Amino acid sequence: MREMSEAVAAAVDLVARADPELVEIVLLSLRVSVSAVIIAALIGIPAGAALAMFRFPGRQGLVIAVNALMGLPPVVVGLCVYLLVSRSGPLGNWGILFTAPAMIIAQTILIVPIVTALSRGVIEDLSTELSEQLRSLGVGTSRAMLTLIREARYRLVTAVLAGFGRAIAEVGAVLIVGGNIAHHTRVMTTAIALETSRGNLALALGLGLILIAVSLAINALVYLTSGIARRRAGA
Amino acid sequence: MARPAIEEQPAISAGGPSILPLVLRDVCLSAGGRALLDRVNLVLTAGVRTVVLGPNGAGKSLLLRICHGLISPSSGTMEWTGPGATEARVRQAMVFQRPMLLRRSVIANVDYALAVRRMSRALRTTRAREALEMAGLAPLAERPAGVLSGGEQQRVALARAWALDPEVLFLDEPTANLDPAATRAVEEAIAGIARGGTKIVMTTHDLGQARRLAEEIVFLHNGRLLEQRSAAAFFAGPGHEAARAFLRGELLW
Amino acid sequence: MKGSLSWVRLLLLLGTAIVATLVHPAGRFITLASTTSTQNSGLFDYLLPEFTRKTGIEVRVVAVGTGQAIELAESGDADVLLVHDRAGEMKFMSEGHGVSRREVMYNDYVIVGPGSDPAAVRGLNDAAQAFRRIADAAANFVSRGDDSGTNRQELRLWEAAGIDAKSASGSWYKEVGAGMGATLNTAVGLDAYTLTDRATWATFRNRGDLELLVEGDPRLFNQYAVIEINPVLHPAVKASDARLFAEWLVSREGQALIGAFTIDGQALFFPNATTPEN
Repeated sequence: MREMSEAVAAAVDLVARADPELVEIVLLSLRVSVSAVIIAALIGIPAGAALAMFRFPGRQGLVIAVNALMGLPPVVVGLCVYLLVSRSGPLGNWGILFTAPAMIIAQTILIVPIVTALSRGVIEDLSTELSEQLRSLGVGTSRAMLTLIREARYRLVTAVLAGFGRAIAEVGAVLIVGGNIAHHTRVMTTAIALETSRGNLALALGLGLILIAVSLAINALVYLTSGIARRRAGA
Repeated sequence: MARPAIEEQPAISAGGPSILPLVLRDVCLSAGGRALLDRVNLVLTAGVRTVVLGPNGAGKSLLLRICHGLISPSSGTMEWTGPGATEARVRQAMVFQRPMLLRRSVIANVDYALAVRRMSRALRTTRAREALEMAGLAPLAERPAGVLSGGEQQRVALARAWALDPEVLFLDEPTANLDPAATRAVEEAIAGIARGGTKIVMTTHDLGQARRLAEEIVFLHNGRLLEQRSAAAFFAGPGHEAARAFLRGELLW
Repeated sequence: MKGSLSWVRLLLLLGTAIVATLVHPAGRFITLASTTSTQNSGLFDYLLPEFTRKTGIEVRVVAVGTGQAIELAESGDADVLLVHDRAGEMKFMSEGHGVSRREVMYNDYVIVGPGSDPAAVRGLNDAAQAFRRIADAAANFVSRGDDSGTNRQELRLWEAAGIDAKSASGSWYKEVGAGMGATLNTAVGLDAYTLTDRATWATFRNRGDLELLVEGDPRLFNQYAVIEINPVLHPAVKASDARLFAEWLVSREGQALIGAFTIDGQALFFPNATTPEN
């Protein structure tokens, strides 16, 4: 367990010195994963709401598929995005392989199913509860969707945070499409993988502790803010 | 997308020609091979407060939902036959057993219903205040709806429905989950709305409530409409054995 | 309704703002596909800033196994290669993917294993003999198994030893399909032998009971070469900047810098460009 105490020391040292490379890595991790989460929320929440509200042929199959895709292996996603944006791939002329946008795309694909599936569950419950009332008031489809999303907002926060947790913690996809390039596409998880491969287990673990702390801080921040808003709305 | 979407409607047509009477002819509703409503024939006319009475499972709520257009009958027809029938959709409102409020302030809940009807913001505010005043909720206007008591929430639902100025107001067991004091307050609000000229169509399994509010009774049993007559006549002595048993309290609701 | 709309609008704004900060105008840069051994040793951290300072060209390193690096180049996803597998490089050149191959530097492979040395290979200077003893003792051996330069070198050594190690895969011969560092970590955990390049070994911090046991066999020679990618096959390649980099590596300046790079006083790469240029 000597590694553990060394890891804590390494983490404390990096944070205390505000190590510029660490700051850069943490900021890039946050930018990539927060961007992916925002895009995934803009796609996944309306998609989840649509799955919750509408009945159409093949809906059940789609629900099962989305649920199953929550377990998408990051490496597979990374590989697919790589094949897409590689110079020899269909989107090769975008020239975004080994850049942050490619990492955002990969993480977005990874977490859209999570946000969609969890949103669907939350909104379906609400829809069952409220749909008669909304129809009675003469609310049209699109307004009903926006209303249900707004009504579900505090529970959707959990869905979005689940997506964020998956994005910030995954290494397989960003490693492949980002390339772990120093000062350019190196994020916390790929830095951890790199230090592990250098045998710097304490430093790797220290970075891991910082990753957990950052993730914890983000979750606490979002949870507390939404808790305050929720109490003010009496929900 | 099989569910029929009700398109958003233009602003309230205050007053205007009546949409009543509502005529149901041979309305049947079945699910899984079971008849939930069986050849119901019913005419609802303006003026009187109608209470749909019957034991649990008689089909009261389903009948109300068919009248309000939330459910389509399996067979038979439902038709608004008044001169204003084309406006029927926006001239009716419904209050459910649970208040079904949105997670926002009391006044915002009323405002929401008015916004759906495309009423201008200024008019909405005035109208919402009036509605809360009517329901005795003015002091609670800015409170989150979620923190109100059950009775207060149900009165918000009433205020929301009233604000739409419906000619017909459907109420589905509006006091089923309330204690006696809250029930009283809700009944008073309903009576007040009725005095304003709104046709009340309400379901209940509570005989006392039926006696207090009804001018006309529609009695349902096992999906069949057994009686429709004035409240006085019904309580004096209904013709059907099932209705008599219900009045004696022998039919478990 | 106003509330829900402004909520969505806020999200959109936030999203745009964040994406905007990511798409900062990229300066002049090239992408170098190279191996984990060069990256893990810290050579690039030492060498590349010098090149960038001199030319203004940033070098972005994607460090993978040699096999994967060559595949990246074949897809047109790298501008220049720095790898160590002569056979693979020659095939790459003959298929027309590269325009010039220049040898840059060398070091050597070493065999490391547990201090208890159950196969008694310590001090041997014949790598093939060492491999035979490991196989005879059925001592644990961890193979990269990832088609990297080191992996290919290891397979050639088994061939030279006349042993079909793959047939023992799953018993004493363990293919982990991982980079050099991860492979060493596994070897530490299993008290196993493995083949590694000297640079990675020298900078590896989690050695556990592993020790350097065999070195000095000429077969363990490890040559690195830089290859420019053919812009005719891969039009997106930044051929002129890649050429500047390749030429700089074999220049007197680049060669001197490589030779001066040490870890704990030990030189890890030995410059041996055949045609040093200015």
